[in-house]
Amino acid sequence: MSMDTVCKPELVARDYKSDIKPVWCPGCGDYSVLSSITKALAELQLPPEDVAVISGIGCSSRIPAYVDCYGFHGVHGRSLPLATGLKVARPDLTVLVASGDGDGFSIGGNHFMHAARRNVDLTYIVMDNRVYGMTKGQPSPTTEPDWDSALAPGGTGISPFRPLVIALAAGANFIARGFAGDPNGTAKLITEAIRHPGFSFVELLSPCITFRPDQKNWKTQVHDAVVDPTDDMGRAARRLMTDDGFNTGVLFTGERAPYQPPVGQATATVSDLEERFAL
Amino acid sequence: MIESEQKPAVQSLSVVLTGSGGSGVITAGTILLEAAAKAGWYGLMTRSVGPQIRGGEAAALIRLSTTPVSAQPDRHDLLIALDWLNVQRFADEMPLDQHSLVIGNSAQSDDVPEFIASSHVRRYDLDFKFMAKAIDGGRPNMIALGCVGKLIGLPDAALDAAVEQSIAKRGPDAVAASAAGVAAGRKAMTDMPTPATLAPGTADADGRWLISGNEAAGMGAVRGGVRFVAAYPITPATEILEWMAPALAKVGGNLVQAEDELASINMTIGGSFGGTPSLTATSGPGLALMTEAIGLAVASEVPIVVVDVMRGGPSTGIPAKSEQSDLNMAINGLPGDAPHIVVAPNSISDCLFTTQWAVHLAEAIQTPALVLSDQSLGQAKAVIERPADLAFMARRLTAETPEAGARYNRYADVASGISPMAVPGTPGCAYTADGLEHSPRGTPSSQAGDHLVQLEKRHRKTADFDYGDHWADSGGDGDSDTVILTWGSCTGAVREALAQLDEGARSARYISLRLLMPAPKEQLIAALEGAERLIVVEQTHSGQFLSYLRAHTGLTRDVEHWCHPGPLPLRPGDIRQLILEGESS
Amino acid sequence: MKPTNASPTENLNINNIEEFLAHARAMEREAADQYAELAEQMEVHNNREVAELFARLSAIEGKHVDKIVEKAANRDLPHLAPWDFKWQGDGAPESAAAMEAHYMMTPHHALTMALDAEQRAADFYRRVADETDDPQVKTMSLEMAAEEVEHIAWLKDWLKKYPEPDVGWDDDLDPPMLQE
Repeated sequence: MSMDTVCKPELVARDYKSDIKPVWCPGCGDYSVLSSITKALAELQLPPEDVAVISGIGCSSRIPAYVDCYGFHGVHGRSLPLATGLKVARPDLTVLVASGDGDGFSIGGNHFMHAARRNVDLTYIVMDNRVYGMTKGQPSPTTEPDWDSALAPGGTGISPFRPLVIALAAGANFIARGFAGDPNGTAKLITEAIRHPGFSFVELLSPCITFRPDQKNWKTQVHDAVVDPTDDMGRAARRLMTDDGFNTGVLFTGERAPYQPPVGQATATVSDLEERFAL
Repeated sequence: MIESEQKPAVQSLSVVLTGSGGSGVITAGTILLEAAAKAGWYGLMTRSVGPQIRGGEAAALIRLSTTPVSAQPDRHDLLIALDWLNVQRFADEMPLDQHSLVIGNSAQSDDVPEFIASSHVRRYDLDFKFMAKAIDGGRPNMIALGCVGKLIGLPDAALDAAVEQSIAKRGPDAVAASAAGVAAGRKAMTDMPTPATLAPGTADADGRWLISGNEAAGMGAVRGGVRFVAAYPITPATEILEWMAPALAKVGGNLVQAEDELASINMTIGGSFGGTPSLTATSGPGLALMTEAIGLAVASEVPIVVVDVMRGGPSTGIPAKSEQSDLNMAINGLPGDAPHIVVAPNSISDCLFTTQWAVHLAEAIQTPALVLSDQSLGQAKAVIERPADLAFMARRLTAETPEAGARYNRYADVASGISPMAVPGTPGCAYTADGLEHSPRGTPSSQAGDHLVQLEKRHRKTADFDYGDHWADSGGDGDSDTVILTWGSCTGAVREALAQLDEGARSARYISLRLLMPAPKEQLIAALEGAERLIVVEQTHSGQFLSYLRAHTGLTRDVEHWCHPGPLPLRPGDIRQLILEGESS
Repeated sequence: MKPTNASPTENLNINNIEEFLAHARAMEREAADQYAELAEQMEVHNNREVAELFARLSAIEGKHVDKIVEKAANRDLPHLAPWDFKWQGDGAPESAAAMEAHYMMTPHHALTMALDAEQRAADFYRRVADETDDPQVKTMSLEMAAEEVEHIAWLKDWLKKYPEPDVGWDDDLDPPMLQE
């Protein structure tokens, strides 16, 4: 470090945690995700005031308050448009978006597709536990068809939503999957996702200890994808055809330029605009 | 044999052009309005169209005057029908009488619609298509323009200039053909007794604008400081968004198109959370989708402006027609107790003022401001006086980095109710905005104490704010004890009716509410002092405005109620009749 | 894609003292932080007894961190991204497996969790010592391994006071609560 610059103390992961105590159940994968996010932010040395975490509604969506950055806990399913408006108006900020599988893929499904297509520079982290936890255990779009619940006794019988497939088809510029049981690996994915321009999507398998105790065996089911990420959509699509939902790692890194209508580059005054109406 | 008649010039007249299948009636109407403006006149143009995207029947209704006009006329002086196809659709919208002149297409004289045939109008037929064919590249609508210009006394130079300006982008051949068409139309009207000529226009070209209500709303927003818009198209609001897209870019702002209204309203909130005054525009069905998020903006105290250009309801309703029936939803449509601002412009010019004011209010009070415009203002074009510059700008109370050791409480329980709002990028005051009820710090809370504190705070900041004199416009005979109480686009017809009454024995005054929420109860009670006869005027079926007055302004007395839904506009004659035939004191 | 934090079969080559201390410091810090977080979770979920237990464990790890920081006082430790540590598996070895926590967990469970963590830490230090070719690293690593073995013994003693609870320790008569 140069001696003639004022050295700000380096930020560590702990500096990004707020003093608000999470109410997640002990054993919840989201604790690990929170830790991974703070590790990623520390690795990037982003000033906390230049970061915003935007969420919808659900257990995962509680996360903005637990991070010592700006945040917005919005309404169910609308985290992506909220984040899009913020980023387009304030491209200088780093904007993270946090959702669960219900919030993000059910009510938020439409926004998911369009956010991927629009390719604004956002990092979208979905904590997927294949259940609606906050409302006490209903099937979500990623729930297995044979999972028994009060709302769908015997299982829904409906094929699950495949987030990575949708993300790829819709045009997401970075696609990855991680597992909350590997917080450092997940921190790496999140760091890469933030660094990668455009719409970055990271699905994090994050077990729900209360409504999906069966997910305790996820740690034996996840496996690192043994291939390097590809920038070829066709190749990524073929990989997804044999994806069992437990491959972890970066699937796809695209080259699309992020969508960002320029801001702050005035070429006229308000009076100039008014001239158009003058006779 | 037609004899020339000399009639005295009038101060106001009205022309209708109809045609279909690509006959360019709307373009012709616009050119006429522009020419009139250049000639020193004022004017108002509205239009009516069939449901087809192209080739449908269309009517351009242009009212011209030596003084500013703000309402549809009671009757039209001149109708030029380039063809009769489907004109029956517009029967209710263009009242004609025995003094009106109707020039129709003689090639189709057997197809004259019933409402014309039975109306005792003066009829004259001209074969527009035949005349157009005689000119290389000629078009019937240019011939019609020439006819109109000659009949109403529009100076040739003004019309020629307007035609050339409008057609110039199509090339010199088109310009020449258009000029020839106009000339042919003029010539055809030699010796034609005119239904009305307009007294010479004396208004200065400088200092007047030609603008639509939607454009005025957009201009007001930009003047007020809006620099971010999220857009989802919907009739009749889309023009606001389309005008703002390039306009914002020019002044350093930006706009993003959303996938639906659920997205556009949330994007607007996101942009504002980032510190940029933000706006979106929609109509009734879109506003319905936005209500959850508007509630989020109330609860999280994020300023936004939502323009609702009201249309015929309910549901999909009548998209291209006007009504005032979103009032209930604008005031009551949010879950929970969610105080917010509702304002309404009362003229095309006022669309600029009121939208600019709304930006100022939203930013100052940190809450959503809904602007209730409507289709009859939004999609009509008028010649107006240049709007005055206003001091109303976005001025948000923002937070600074707190002193060492002090904590920033976003929702601090301050006396005014307006707590400083930290803008992302400001160190030391990061907070999480939340739709959940919260403590002063912003942490979610289900405690009774916190809920009460925040409810009172959000109520107090809107209720205690000083809105000044802009809560209403009033006019007419200030001494009169007959008061017309109205809002929005009904105001234009009311104003004109009262101006016409000035010459008679009866008089009245009007109050047009601009601030609807929070209801200006005390001011209205004071303004109604001495009123013996109260007439409430609105364009709804269920009497939403009267219900609002009773519920929110303490109005208990009996009133007379002019209450009619869209799609037909309120006309000055309707109000005049109501006043004159009403109860005597 | 290369697995994070190296698979257990890869060589664990730490051959300079700075890199070693960086690992040791990170490991102890994460252990301390993890126990502190678990203590907080238990406190929020009204499991006072285990909250205090985890808080105590956190304090102990905190002392280890201090010792390592002291050892590293005049050295320039390299910065390593969290995923670049040679942890031989998912996460730092000494960190308690937080996903095994339960809001009604008993001291038995907490101490078992701690025991597993300490065992992993001991194994890690021993392996570093085995595979390094730097004598200083070897010495220090063996010292730390020995300390971990002491902790294991102490934890085992502590654990004797809390035999495994009967089936039904996690019976909660109340159903989960709807929050939003």
